[in-house]
Amino acid sequence: MSAYRCPECGYLFDEDEGDEHEGYRPGTPFAKLPDDFACPDCSVRFKDDFEKV
Amino acid sequence: MKGYTATLPGGEAIYYVDRKRYLWTLSVLYPLQPFIGIWLHAETGNQAWLLLPIFLGYVVNPLLDWVLGEDENNPPEEVLLKLDRDPFYRILTYLVVPLHFVSLIGAAWWAGTQSLSWWAFLGLAAVAGITSGLGINTGHELGHKKSKIERRLAKIVLAVPVYGHFWIEHNRGHHRDVSTPEDPASSRMGESIYRFATREIPGAFKRAWAIEKERLERRDKSAWDMNNQILQSMSLSLVLQVGLLLAFGWKMIPFLLVHNVLAWWQLTSANYVEHYGLLRLKDDKGRYERCQPHHSWNSNHVFSNLVLFHLERHSDHHAHPLRRYQSLRHFDNLPTLPSGYFGAYLLAWIPPLWFRVMDKALLALPHVNHDLTRVNIEPAKRAAIVQKYGRRPGESS
Repeated sequence: MSAYRCPECGYLFDEDEGDEHEGYRPGTPFAKLPDDFACPDCSVRFKDDFEKV
Repeated sequence: MKGYTATLPGGEAIYYVDRKRYLWTLSVLYPLQPFIGIWLHAETGNQAWLLLPIFLGYVVNPLLDWVLGEDENNPPEEVLLKLDRDPFYRILTYLVVPLHFVSLIGAAWWAGTQSLSWWAFLGLAAVAGITSGLGINTGHELGHKKSKIERRLAKIVLAVPVYGHFWIEHNRGHHRDVSTPEDPASSRMGESIYRFATREIPGAFKRAWAIEKERLERRDKSAWDMNNQILQSMSLSLVLQVGLLLAFGWKMIPFLLVHNVLAWWQLTSANYVEHYGLLRLKDDKGRYERCQPHHSWNSNHVFSNLVLFHLERHSDHHAHPLRRYQSLRHFDNLPTLPSGYFGAYLLAWIPPLWFRVMDKALLALPHVNHDLTRVNIEPAKRAAIVQKYGRRPGESS
């Protein structure tokens, strides 16, 4: 599985780990995140902006 | 004074000293202002002293901004990271959290135990509220950070002004939607602050609740679960305010009502002046452009920035929401308010005066250049604004 990083603040979405606080279970593919997904830490970068690590 | 070393791209070594380093303690001490009034009242017996912080905030503060002027200095790019990570600045934001509790409890104690005239009683409640409004500013600085301790402290300090939803509303809602008609926390051209407050206060709460509810639903929890971060902060507010009621009796009902409303009003005033009329345009896919530096109003006035953790360097804050206050930068040619925030609030509270000054400034911004399609306009005032400022097709600037 892959990880995706917010280019503004460095928030990392690791598909293996998901994000428990945000309610994304471990194993959630990045592609399955909502289309309007905004970075949970800075909210000024969106799903399309994230970079694959 | 502590300095930072760095090497410029050309190989030249630099040494940077932050001249404001110790002056930031003003942001920590300013919330103790009710005690100045209380002390002078205790010393002289004259209740009018209790209102002194109002005079300090809205007369002395704008005057100091005017006298001391602006500071456009920036830390060099090369030391930004070191400056941002210096724990000194972070610790100041931690220290101010308990002071907000001390301030409210102290003011409530004085109001609840002294026989004050009605005007001095309400005045002291207003002073306490204005001071707790600064608590929202503290919560703002802390709530933008990633560390657990800072996020926890944000929720704790926001309990003082009963604004526990702000952390979510601001970070997840306002920063996403800023300078769009959809944002209840961005004011529109032609919208008075009073009309704005009726949209902003309930709108912000609803947006925060919806965002938190959605997060909890993903975790298969009810919105009323104690994992709800709004409820966590609000529970602390409840304990604090019921505690004051039990300690000082029924007098706390009007005291806390005035306190709460005035605290919220501080945030409303800040939100009102920060993005007035500014509009992000949509791209061909219908998506709003990324928030640009010209989507916030700024001020470099020294004094009010020093008591507000640099909040007035607002464009850089929106560009880099996690950047700490000491590292926020000034940029040339940004939308600039005629004064620091406290002076700008005074202007905002008198709508005809605000419109007179700010509508002209808004339309003259280089990226707007009198084009009303580039302005966030209050729908109820659109016809009048087009009539007054609109260009006919083909008319050039």
